[in-house]
Amino acid sequence: MTLTRWQRPDGYGVAPWGRSYSLPSDLSQLLQSFGNVFDSPLDASLATQWPGGRLPAVDVHDGKDTVTVKAELPGMKKEDIDVSLQDGVLTLSGERKGGRDEANGGVSRSERWFGRFERSISLPYAVEAKTIKATYTDGVLTIELAKAEEAKPKQIKIEFN
Amino acid sequence: MSTVVNRNTEQAAPVQPAAAECEREYIRPAVNIYETQEGYVLEVELPGVNKEGVSVHLDGNLLTVEGRRAAPAQPEGGFFYRESSGADFQRVFEVDPAIEAGKISGRMEQGILTLTLPKAEAAKPRKIAVA
Repeated sequence: MTLTRWQRPDGYGVAPWGRSYSLPSDLSQLLQSFGNVFDSPLDASLATQWPGGRLPAVDVHDGKDTVTVKAELPGMKKEDIDVSLQDGVLTLSGERKGGRDEANGGVSRSERWFGRFERSISLPYAVEAKTIKATYTDGVLTIELAKAEEAKPKQIKIEFN
Repeated sequence: MSTVVNRNTEQAAPVQPAAAECEREYIRPAVNIYETQEGYVLEVELPGVNKEGVSVHLDGNLLTVEGRRAAPAQPEGGFFYRESSGADFQRVFEVDPAIEAGKISGRMEQGILTLTLPKAEAAKPRKIAVA
């Protein structure tokens, strides 16, 4: 088994902000514990679009045998969401439709965002693409993937002579 | 013409919340407010909240919307990466007194709470015929 260094592909990655943002302390500790994999600033447009911008908030859970990605996307229809996986990069995209006919009255306050979005996430572990399962409940898109055999944690027996 | 939101009050007013309540962390959900001659429509984004987790409360002219998330904030296994706060939602609005409280209705679908606040008949604009 070879250990290969996890490389984030060019372009999009998980952390959507550039260095100028200050992170809540526990989150920044979490990121630091992974050895600065979120180092380089990303595509500048991502930095300006978060938070509260045009990208869904994403969580990546690390289970023993699975990797789970959750994205907050309230108010969508299943058929307007696209999920694709290629070379260890999970891409969520789609179009948030909504808004009301402005001719029939006015908009007093508009905080929700609509329109196309696309977000690519480098998965932290190798996964079995065939096991991908996506569900959309209560406005949260949940994608579950089984870790590839070589990515699962293993007990290593040490022989003492 | 007065609107639904004169200001967004951050604390539940006028009653002081109990000490335990103060420790709960809430986040303010994003909301769109539309106004028509018939009344107002609020679209509140509450991802991760189902119908059972929603509570809407009108006290005088303060409308409080609360959304409790269905799943636990800390799942088994760790977070590799997290952007969601996992906290429950809460937001308070000061509503137009012309709203007919008894006719407020709501619908919850895929994390969006749509509240319809109809204006009382007397408050609706009406044509006045001039002889």
